[in-house]
Amino acid sequence: MSRAVKPQRKALNTVLAWGMGLLIFFPILWTVLTSFKTEAEAIADPPIWFNFSWTLENYFTVQERSNYFRHFWNSVVISVGSTLIGLIIAVPAAWAMAFVPGKRTKDVLMWMLSTKMLPPVGVLVPLYLIFRDLGLLDTRIGLVFVLTMINLPIIIWMLYTYFREIPVDILEAARMDGAGLRDEVVHVLLPMAVPGMASTVLLNIILAWNEAFWTLNLTAAKAAPLTAFIASYSSPEGLFYAKLSAASTMAIAPILIMGWFSQKQLVRGLTFGAVK
Amino acid sequence: MTASIRTLLGASALCATGLAASAETTLTIATVNNGDMIRMQGLAADFTAAHPDIKLDWVVLEENVLRQRVTQDIATKGGQFDVMTIGTYEVPIWAAQDWLEPLDGLSEAYDVEDILPAIRGGLSIDGTLYAAPFYGESSMVMYRKDLMEKAGMEMPEAPTWDDIAAAAEAMTDKDAEIYGICLRGKAGWGENMAFLTAAANSFGARWFDMEWQPQFDGEAWKTTLTTYLDLMNNYGPPGASSNGFNENLALFQSGKCGMWIDATVAASFVTNPDDSSVADQVGFALAPDAGLGKRGNWLWAWTLGIPAGTDAPEEAKTFIEWATSKDYLALVAEKEGWANVPPGTRTSLYENADYTAAAPFAEMTLKSMQAADPTDPAVDPVPYTGVQFVAIPEFQGIGTAVGQQFSAALAGQVTAEQALANAQTLTEREMKRGGYIK
Repeated sequence: MSRAVKPQRKALNTVLAWGMGLLIFFPILWTVLTSFKTEAEAIADPPIWFNFSWTLENYFTVQERSNYFRHFWNSVVISVGSTLIGLIIAVPAAWAMAFVPGKRTKDVLMWMLSTKMLPPVGVLVPLYLIFRDLGLLDTRIGLVFVLTMINLPIIIWMLYTYFREIPVDILEAARMDGAGLRDEVVHVLLPMAVPGMASTVLLNIILAWNEAFWTLNLTAAKAAPLTAFIASYSSPEGLFYAKLSAASTMAIAPILIMGWFSQKQLVRGLTFGAVK
Repeated sequence: MTASIRTLLGASALCATGLAASAETTLTIATVNNGDMIRMQGLAADFTAAHPDIKLDWVVLEENVLRQRVTQDIATKGGQFDVMTIGTYEVPIWAAQDWLEPLDGLSEAYDVEDILPAIRGGLSIDGTLYAAPFYGESSMVMYRKDLMEKAGMEMPEAPTWDDIAAAAEAMTDKDAEIYGICLRGKAGWGENMAFLTAAANSFGARWFDMEWQPQFDGEAWKTTLTTYLDLMNNYGPPGASSNGFNENLALFQSGKCGMWIDATVAASFVTNPDDSSVADQVGFALAPDAGLGKRGNWLWAWTLGIPAGTDAPEEAKTFIEWATSKDYLALVAEKEGWANVPPGTRTSLYENADYTAAAPFAEMTLKSMQAADPTDPAVDPVPYTGVQFVAIPEFQGIGTAVGQQFSAALAGQVTAEQALANAQTLTEREMKRGGYIK
């Protein structure tokens, strides 16, 4: 029997939720607003909220100075490529750990997670030298490889968690009906894990899209994604906040739009199995 | 014509096209995001029109990211860049490591002798130039003429620190949110330590004695830091310990600073009526001194250098010669006006009446640059070069750590004495690690 929620409590919760939402969204809103101001308006004190001379000049300047679409395409290739390759490796790994766990499965999972605890700068120079010798510096394939390796523990962990929620009896039933391993995974397991898979894919695309350390350090001109595009508008000597905001808005717009349209899948996947 | 001959001709044409395409050289240029560099990127079509066999790829980065990126690449011989934008700090260190191609054999028309001697000296080793200056800067006092007039004061062209303190006191009106002086407080070797190291020179302080012994336990550094803290605590804006160039620029442009001592390049920003509310009220003076023969101004130049091992050294040199030439200055003047010409590199620019008429700060910029000598920066002799830095590889780390101590003192977290004692300890430790002292 569900307990009735008092109207006052409901209103308070709504206000709190909106307040929290606006607080989290505020930096993005401010960035978007600033992108339509002049540089003088961008630094005005007190700040100007909406009553300024709206201009698209910053966007034109950014587009004129930088090749946005090249950076955008590099971001797409790197984030989607690393996520897909990560999935190909992670699905069998998560299946094995979820359905045929060994004595050391938990240790292996913890070890994979521990690799995320190493500060990236600790392996920057060795990796840079390896990339130099393999001719992978400033290549998209090099970045796909690095980001796949970086995000693989998260993908495996997420898929492992989702797979664990799927009753093993269903897989056994499929086996008894004559399904091989491939059929079991492709036709039984994966369709049931679609919400989890979707949220894993989306989350990893977002992580790869926003990754700035490796994408800045391993690229120059050819493979530089949108993170490098934003970095080119930051300056400690000169006020370019409006242009920087325009560049940031252009860089985050695709991922924001993607997140907006896929939020149902994302929320469903992230809360999968949270309440039984 | 038979089919086989047609095929042969077609194949030949394809080969010729392929050879032509392969003759094109691509230069990857790493540069910093500031107005002058972006202008160069915009005008690069002029270069490629004159050199159709050279294609330019640009990597524009924020100053600190660029520094880390190019240092990593050149130290590991990554070969990602053909032309690098580096500062006067890097050039002598990298040249000594043979990481840079010498810029010899420049054409007569380039006129190396025209480069300002102080800048040229900082970029040369044994008379050989290792990078060409794109623009140079010093630091100077920018002040509000209207506030000085209201206070019944006049700023001398060459003020002392006492003049600065008196002017700061007279102009401060905290109720009206007008602060007598704005200075850098943000920690970093290129942030607050650029200002404080240059100021320390004028008070007779130095980073190291001739035996590389740190000198923060001396009286001169104490005078430097207490003068700075007194000025900022009494007449500076709130929260100054997190203010860098941009924060102070925004304060000055919005009319909240009576004085600002910072890079000469700021002069064009604060006098630009599009961005500055006090554009017509800005006066300029030399950085202050304490009567010891050295002024508290720095000397810096962004330069273009060629990393050793590049595949295209000759093409890179051709580009650098174009970008740092007198003709380039004339090109900028023609396209965007003399006020937008990159300053501080060539003597001839300051002899050009069109330029001095368009840039009211030109004379003070030149005088400021001439007042700094990177080979003899302090009152007492020092074993290093650099006015607001010490040209040794360890300085970035040490300078930032000391800057954190001084920034903490400005924020009131430690006293001046504690900050200086901590600076002395940490600098001694790092110099021992570096093998400079035992």
